[in-house]
Amino acid sequence: MDIAQKYFKTIKDVPIEDYFAPGHRLCAGCGPSLAMKLTMKAIRMPTLVVNATGCVEVSTSLFPYVSWRLPWIHVAFENTGAVASGISEAFRILEKKGRGKMHDVIAIAGDGGTFDIGLQALSGALERNHKMLYICYDNEAYMNTGIQRSGATPTGAATTTSPAGKVIPGKQERKKDLIGIVGAHRIPYAATASISHPLDFINKVRKALEIDGASFIHVLTPCTLGWRYSPSQTIKIARLAVETRYFPIIEVEEGRVRINIKVNKPRPLEEFLEAQGRFRHLFQSENKHILEMLKQQVEENWNRLLKLEEIGLYA
Amino acid sequence: MSELKQIRRMALTGDEAVAYAAKQADVDVIAAYPITPQTIIVERLSRYVADGELNAAFIQAESEHSAISICLGAALAGARTFTSTASQGLALMHEILHIASSMRAPIVMAIANRALNSPLNIHCDHSDVMNARDTGWIHLFANNVQEAYDLTLMAFKIAENPEILLPVSVNLDGFILTHSVEPLEVLSDEEVQQYIPHIPYPYRIDFDRPLAYGVMALPDTYMEFRRQFYEVIMKAPPVFRKASESFSKISGRVYDMVTPYFVEDAEIIVIALGSTVETLRYVARKLRGRNVKIGVAGLTMYRPFPEKEIANILANAKCVAVMDRAYSYGGVGGPLYTDVLSTLYKNGIRTMTADFVYGLGGRDFKLTDAEELFNKLVRSVEIGAFDQDIYWWGVRE
Repeated sequence: MDIAQKYFKTIKDVPIEDYFAPGHRLCAGCGPSLAMKLTMKAIRMPTLVVNATGCVEVSTSLFPYVSWRLPWIHVAFENTGAVASGISEAFRILEKKGRGKMHDVIAIAGDGGTFDIGLQALSGALERNHKMLYICYDNEAYMNTGIQRSGATPTGAATTTSPAGKVIPGKQERKKDLIGIVGAHRIPYAATASISHPLDFINKVRKALEIDGASFIHVLTPCTLGWRYSPSQTIKIARLAVETRYFPIIEVEEGRVRINIKVNKPRPLEEFLEAQGRFRHLFQSENKHILEMLKQQVEENWNRLLKLEEIGLYA
Repeated sequence: MSELKQIRRMALTGDEAVAYAAKQADVDVIAAYPITPQTIIVERLSRYVADGELNAAFIQAESEHSAISICLGAALAGARTFTSTASQGLALMHEILHIASSMRAPIVMAIANRALNSPLNIHCDHSDVMNARDTGWIHLFANNVQEAYDLTLMAFKIAENPEILLPVSVNLDGFILTHSVEPLEVLSDEEVQQYIPHIPYPYRIDFDRPLAYGVMALPDTYMEFRRQFYEVIMKAPPVFRKASESFSKISGRVYDMVTPYFVEDAEIIVIALGSTVETLRYVARKLRGRNVKIGVAGLTMYRPFPEKEIANILANAKCVAVMDRAYSYGGVGGPLYTDVLSTLYKNGIRTMTADFVYGLGGRDFKLTDAEELFNKLVRSVEIGAFDQDIYWWGVRE
């Protein structure tokens, strides 16, 4: 781990307070729920959460109960970046006019709400560089509506709208390079994280909150139902994603890439894939070419990041 | 002897007048996206901010959908928010219009009324706002530039009234009002600040009293939320009257939800929205000189619909003509027509009624058109019936 400034050196430095209350309705073994809990450990002052429609939103706000021990707002699916922009600018101008105070704003959306339907609002918010942190919890499909493919679904994965069919075996297209898209906005701070590496994640959340401008964190959050594995395996699978180089843990500051977790001896990608039902069909001989394609993508991406880090530029 | 009030006159276009009103309202957050014929409003406002004449966050969003979303977030954070749009922009906002009203965000929005695609057309009709009719917003219509200015100020007073806390749209006819220069009387900044002081939004995002906004409600509670909303928007008429009363005290100008013109003894009454109301009034006055018993009812507030006021005005009319600058395709007529028909039926008024669909995509409705229309109405009354229920007035066939 190589985060420049460590706010939480060990797990003992993590505050005991839980702003994400227990009793929510997310699944046993839910990756996103852990991302929420960890995010709330890193806040530095009273903070507002703007939540896109999705698993986390519907499972934490069922009237008359709410799982957030701080102000929380949900408006719609695709506009989280915009709503957070408005609130952040309102706080800023009201402070300037002596009628309010600046506060931290965290926007939280899933991969559907970020990679796909919310990409435009996110891009607008990043370009305008409002003081806000946007966290995308990525479980690689539309899980809330029952596992449909998204722009974040990896090549080969089976979902209910990209099933492992006899003719078309799972999703044929690539996963979008979200951190690349975000990095291209040249915002002050962007990073990837995994719930398997909680200290890395919460340090990044805190670091992002300290920035006076737009920041972004892409956190990988396995989904027990969608990825089809036992709820006891969530952390293990998240860790395998990192250790196989499937999900590189990086920071992009003002466009400059740094790989935080150097995976010098990667585990075979098969270990990550075999653990999940959504990739099962890739191990049939007729689908071997897709498995190879995915392995090639992972290798290329890693080598590209190494180069970018070496050059010191984000291309 | 009463003190003579100094009258401030300016010559402004409708867009400029709306921007000037928003500036005087000392708005905190403006978020918008350029679209003709509204663009001048945000150009002016960004200039006021850039020159330091207005202390506000001016955010040019990357779409109207985001513009209204920014306003919604800002309003709930306690900021006075303003946006403006037209046509496709309003259509793109549609999803969030419902949410903004349901979340009780007192946003003020100017709509420079313009036709919807396709074919593409940048000129005036009311298709845009009629598509937003049922979004739970209060919709006001200006007849001229003075009204566009006045109603923008009144919109803040109405929207922010703690009794309702609802978003308000101020509609001004694209180009006809947005780009026409008219002389108008404006208030001083002090008068405006006294009329609409900044009052804290009662449910603002508050870290000492954290609230959850926009929660999920299932079949056991959803309907009660909607019923509450139904009750809230029906409180808008008294709130409008109150806002109008206090406005008249400083401006001397009086606004009613429906403005009657020569209706007391009128046999024929024409109902309309927007700048056409003035055209109709002008011709009605002329025809009154020839003893034609004709009157005009202009709606300043279209939603909530002033049903009782309309029923009272129409109670003794022999003939009612409804002017629709939009249409409900596949429906029983234009949107205003169906509202008026329902009002007549519910209030037991039986009179000959027809819909006049006119002015779509900026097709001119000139004084001569109004006169021709009145002549048609007079002839129909003589015959005792209309030969159609829906006329496409001015269409080339």
